[in-house]
Amino acid sequence: MKTYLLPSLKLTAVLIILCSVLYPLLIAGIAKTAPGQGKGVTLSLNGKVVGYENIGQKFTKDEYFWSRPSAVDYNAAGSGGSNKGPYAPDFLASVKARIDTFLVHNPGVTKEQIPVDLVTASGSGLDPDISIEGARIQVQRIARKRNKNEKDLFDLIDKTKEKPLLGFLGPEKVNVLKLNIALEGLPK
Amino acid sequence: MNTELLGVVATFIITLAIGIPLGKYISKVFKGEKTILDFMAPLERFIFRICGIDPTKEMNWKQHVAALLSLNLLWFVYAFVMFLFQGSLFLNPDGNPSMSPHLSFNTAASFLVNCNLQDYSGETGVTYLTQLAVLMFLHFVSAATGIAALVVVFKAMREKVTDKLGNFFEIFVKSITRILLPISLVIALLLVFHGTPASFDGKDQLITMQGDTAHISRGPAAGMIAIKHLGTNGGGWFGANSAHPLENPDYFTNMVEVIAQVIIPVALIFALGHYLSRKRLAWVIFGVMTIGVLIFLYPALHAEIKGNPAIAQMGPSSSGGNMEGKEVRFGAPASAYWCILTTVISTGSVNSMHDSFMPVSGCMQLLGMMTNCFYGGNGVGILNYYIFLIIAVFISGLMVGRTPEFLGRKIEAKEMKIATIIALLHPLLILAFTALASFGLVRDPSLPWLNNPGYHGFSEMLYQYTSCSANNGSGFEGLGDNTPFWNITAGFVMLLGRFLPIIGPIAIAGILAQKKYIPESSGTLRTDTGTFGLMTYAVIMIVAALAFFPALTLGPLAEYFSRH
Repeated sequence: MKTYLLPSLKLTAVLIILCSVLYPLLIAGIAKTAPGQGKGVTLSLNGKVVGYENIGQKFTKDEYFWSRPSAVDYNAAGSGGSNKGPYAPDFLASVKARIDTFLVHNPGVTKEQIPVDLVTASGSGLDPDISIEGARIQVQRIARKRNKNEKDLFDLIDKTKEKPLLGFLGPEKVNVLKLNIALEGLPK
Repeated sequence: MNTELLGVVATFIITLAIGIPLGKYISKVFKGEKTILDFMAPLERFIFRICGIDPTKEMNWKQHVAALLSLNLLWFVYAFVMFLFQGSLFLNPDGNPSMSPHLSFNTAASFLVNCNLQDYSGETGVTYLTQLAVLMFLHFVSAATGIAALVVVFKAMREKVTDKLGNFFEIFVKSITRILLPISLVIALLLVFHGTPASFDGKDQLITMQGDTAHISRGPAAGMIAIKHLGTNGGGWFGANSAHPLENPDYFTNMVEVIAQVIIPVALIFALGHYLSRKRLAWVIFGVMTIGVLIFLYPALHAEIKGNPAIAQMGPSSSGGNMEGKEVRFGAPASAYWCILTTVISTGSVNSMHDSFMPVSGCMQLLGMMTNCFYGGNGVGILNYYIFLIIAVFISGLMVGRTPEFLGRKIEAKEMKIATIIALLHPLLILAFTALASFGLVRDPSLPWLNNPGYHGFSEMLYQYTSCSANNGSGFEGLGDNTPFWNITAGFVMLLGRFLPIIGPIAIAGILAQKKYIPESSGTLRTDTGTFGLMTYAVIMIVAALAFFPALTLGPLAEYFSRH
């Protein structure tokens, strides 16, 4: 083995330069031409940055579309899921609590209408999206709170929602931050 | 839901459409034939010159093993030291601390062996320096080690009687310059243009619409995410791995990442066919592996799409599937597909949290790692499969009364002993250590290890050692694994589960290569037929069933039947 140690040492040094210095620098350089310059794409409201397009944030006030529950309270410096098994009693209890909270804040909605993504925590704790159903079910509450026409809000969801990739691959969804920014932009 | 299933089917088809031609390319690279990346040759010559390596000097199998271990030993020491002192080194914009010695040991072992179990969290446990110069470096070299080991076995399987099997350093360097680096670059750029960060800026801070203060971790992540998949490593930049919306921003990147982790394992099967001019054999191996994967995939897809009956009982419609631990932009089907591919292949990156999958899916994930040879990790997947091939040849030979031969070489006692030891090592490591941990927990139930009670808690421990021995790296992450007990035992399981299953097949192939070549005749048991493929599949599944059925019964199966 001794005969191989010296070449191995040199090779290690060379490959660190190639794979860990040149490779990421090249990517970082090209990334400057990408949206967000490789720092992440931000979204603004009235000229002020209010969040990252891809990073979900906490929306719990009644006048906003809510995000999904988060096991890490939307801490974007410490992502993670609940890691609860599907039948764990404390997990099922927290789902129950979320259903109850949702029903209190959304009178007129029955529990059978609540889509499952609104009462389960995402894997990252930073899910930026909800299902289309998850947005539509909240319209009644927001319309009442903001004195808006429900139809305008349904139209807003349709305008903001993102279609499957190429129209036929994967799920339909709506980005909560984009939806709430659009909501703020509705004529008063 | 239909567009979601279509997404899964499209992903698999694209994987094959890339993997099959890539196999031909890889074979050309190692045969020294002309390829489109020949412009890398001056760079390779430069590397060999300054490292004092003569790439034409051929090695026998023992010298290959010595070279492989020399490199790995150095990397291990390097990684261990870097983690211990990362907190006081440069490129640490978020001010993250150094690791404890046992966590350094675990992390160094984990990334060295292409396992990438992460007992730390990416945002807080490592610095930009260690992410790039240690973790991403190990992503490249551990993947190249696997490919190089397999290519040595390819060379040994040729018809020539020889002990000269090429130069390890040459094969290793070319795996990086001709395969891993160029393809990673393409993948990284696809990710960057879909929103994955690549700049060296540290954490950002802002006020959200609701008025909360948010800190957002970023960093030069795109390059690492590319190679973590292509190299079947799996260790990601952020804590939530590819569930994190910066690590995997949309459905397109999700397809890119899950395709990237499968293409080299699939390509290597076809590379074998081209390299040895035995295309039929390659197709039979591919067929067996694909059937193996699909048989694990179907139950998981079904269970995740159906959703959690315990939640449906409380009211909410289960039409979205089992969404706990999953992201809306991927949905249940694409998450189920990913969870099976990442466990049969030794990637272990996740786009959803395995701990929260339905018990049936958890069982399939475990089986994927317990068999560990359907596609499998870069290089090592076929090496594991090779062990079962040897066993299948031997058993079939006994059944039909013919001398067991594989590719013109007699399989005798010595090779069989090595193959059997390697085949049994995997269950031994998993079961013995799971038993040890369970014993510890029974002795002291107050240990804060498990995040879930009952059967699922047992599954968390079983999953951990299975993942370590298979060098997979995914986890039932509820397990509180950053403790001296888990860090140290898991570290040893990972190291043993890596190097013995690499050395074993190289030894067998090296020994066989020196035996007389017997041309195939009508008396030879053919190994490139469907019947023999079925036989191999049976051997793999019987070994797995005999070894693991009792453990699975205590974990996911008990969890399933307690509700049905």
